[in-house]
Amino acid sequence: MLFSGLSEKLQETFRKLRGKGKLSEKDVDSALREVRLALLEADVNYKVVKNFTASLKERSLGAEVLKSLTPGQQVVKIVHEELVKLMGESQSKISSVDNPPRIVMMVGLQGSGKTTTAAKLAVLLKKNGHRPLLAAGDIYRPAAIKQLEILGSEAEVPVFSIGKEDPVKIAALALKEAGKEGNDYVIFDTAGRLHIDEELMDELGKLKKETNPLEILLVVDAMTGQDAVNVAQSFHERLGLTGVILTKLDGDTRGGAALSVRAVTNCPIKFIGTGEKFNAFEPFYPDRMASRILGMGDVLTLIEKAQTVVDEKKRQDLEKKLRSQTLTLEDFLEQLQQVKKMGPLEDLLGMIPGLNKVGNQFKNLSLDDKQFLQTEAIIKSMTRDERLRPEIINSSRRRRISLGSGTSVQDVNRLLKQFEQMKKILKQINAMDKGKLKNRGMFPF
Amino acid sequence: MLEKFKKGLSKTRDVFKNQFDILFGGSEIDDLFFDELEEILVSADVGMETTTKIIQSLDKRLQAKKIRERAAAREVLKELMVELLEKDQKTSLAAAQTPPTVFLILGVNGVGKTTAIAKMAYRFSQEGKKVLLAAGDTFRAAAIDQLEEWSGSVGAGVIKHHEGGDPSAVIFDAVNAAVARGVDILICDTAGRLHTKANLLEEIKKISRVIQKSLGTEPHETLLVLDATTGQNGISQAKLFQEVVPISGLILTKLDGTARGGIVLAIKDITGIPLKLIGVGEKKEDIQIFDAREFVEALLA
Repeated sequence: MLFSGLSEKLQETFRKLRGKGKLSEKDVDSALREVRLALLEADVNYKVVKNFTASLKERSLGAEVLKSLTPGQQVVKIVHEELVKLMGESQSKISSVDNPPRIVMMVGLQGSGKTTTAAKLAVLLKKNGHRPLLAAGDIYRPAAIKQLEILGSEAEVPVFSIGKEDPVKIAALALKEAGKEGNDYVIFDTAGRLHIDEELMDELGKLKKETNPLEILLVVDAMTGQDAVNVAQSFHERLGLTGVILTKLDGDTRGGAALSVRAVTNCPIKFIGTGEKFNAFEPFYPDRMASRILGMGDVLTLIEKAQTVVDEKKRQDLEKKLRSQTLTLEDFLEQLQQVKKMGPLEDLLGMIPGLNKVGNQFKNLSLDDKQFLQTEAIIKSMTRDERLRPEIINSSRRRRISLGSGTSVQDVNRLLKQFEQMKKILKQINAMDKGKLKNRGMFPF
Repeated sequence: MLEKFKKGLSKTRDVFKNQFDILFGGSEIDDLFFDELEEILVSADVGMETTTKIIQSLDKRLQAKKIRERAAAREVLKELMVELLEKDQKTSLAAAQTPPTVFLILGVNGVGKTTAIAKMAYRFSQEGKKVLLAAGDTFRAAAIDQLEEWSGSVGAGVIKHHEGGDPSAVIFDAVNAAVARGVDILICDTAGRLHTKANLLEEIKKISRVIQKSLGTEPHETLLVLDATTGQNGISQAKLFQEVVPISGLILTKLDGTARGGIVLAIKDITGIPLKLIGVGEKKEDIQIFDAREFVEALLA
């Protein structure tokens, strides 16, 4: 997994600085170097990164970071917020048609996924009660028209095609057809072209002038590197894009191209393609993309969720128990239930301040989601007495618990062992971080 | 041929040229020089890891040779990049001792596999070789038609099944047909697939096994097609495809845009997979055998 990314590196950077009473500008600089590296590895454009880290520096030197006891996380959070801001804070949709039919033009480089995306968009519109018509305007690539026809018939969306004619003529006739058939959107597939191909770019310009499209959507391969800005800029200058669709996000690309494209064109990213099937097409969420670019998965979402889900008083109680080392299975169950609302436990454990050092040990506990239910069932099959004093659980009790929870005795044993292990780790932490845990707040456990 | 190549690379070169002229036009080599070089290389998708390596070894060499002026550093940089691209590998395409020579072409979606295959076929048939194509992309709508349309104009036969068929079966038939018809070169198209889809990668393993069984040897070249606009994800593509079948080389397509394809340096550096062919335009003759020196020359010219 690429997750190790930024979050961990920043923790590491700031851990080194822990002894210091205050962070200096130099410390922030070294953290920002990590941010920069992460963004470049994610293919965010070099210049965009430069500007971004400059403005980030200002905020990172502000009080909210310097005073924080977890500056690493604060910086990640700020980076994330700024990224979301850069990518457009809310999601946007396809404009509604006031005067149907209207053209939605799909443009982009060769191989970015225009034809497939056109079909996906048609399926989505249809699902939302519209009557889209697909129009085959890629007159250059061999068999492109046929590809759209096949996709259209699979998607049960009508396709307008008249072969290799002038695209302007195809568009005009498609609009006429749409008017006759009562279609509201005409999704017009154009040929892939290089942004520096004057002739073909002129063709698009003419098409725009003649058909007054409702939307001009640039389809961008999420795996695109530094060149994404040149491409987007050229298309935007020439055509005035109304939005961007990012494709092939089902791979392991971090998709920094999204940020680059958005930064240079200021056009909203409207949808993302996440697979080969028609329904693998989703609205774009800037915050999720930000996490992805930073290689952080849902960790930040977890922080936010934790903040909203966890009851402050309960947290304080728990903290007291943790520090006095009187954690019981009862507490454990309660925590599990809270955590369940938030997501993968392992990620959450890794985020707990002070636990980073022993984070790897937690991985051995293998508390993955599938085990949640089982663990819950086992603990629920215990009597209250057993939950408070697990040491009384003898072999006959174990048998009863396993029968009651529909698990095996081994499963019960494993859980008890895990719990013991956890207590041990907590003991270590307490020894390491005596008294400091109190102020780190914000997390359960 | 050199002209054609240079013309194909001209956009790439123009972008680089300005930057390099400014970079090497300065006087002394200082920290700023390395910062600027870093910017240029990273902007060309070389990636931080390989860029850092290049800069470090450049620094070392410049110090060893006591070079202080930027102008003189240019040659050193050129040498360094050529060495990186040529290291341990010959870049020309393999040929079977007894025909047919079989090429297996792989890649993620939309990189230009089918077009690259058509161009290869044209090139070989121009050389007087008998070429056969296997329509192994049975998944994407109209992919078979696309290959068929090309085949006529590039002078190659096609072995195809129907859409949705088993690609291994197509390849099996194609290998047998190639042997039976005394074909010189068989080029096998495959469906685009993301390198993260385990089941689709399994399919490649199967195809590779089928070739091995019916041919008695592994494909002579297993080439990964990479779009020049690809960013750092190219490394992941190379690594993950490499885990499935041994990749013998890269085909870099769409080098006629403004993308600089610097990712091939990173891929060579990190995985050792050499670049073998480059696609430089839309026409059927627009494919070239990669030559590291020409490539770097053109970049730094």
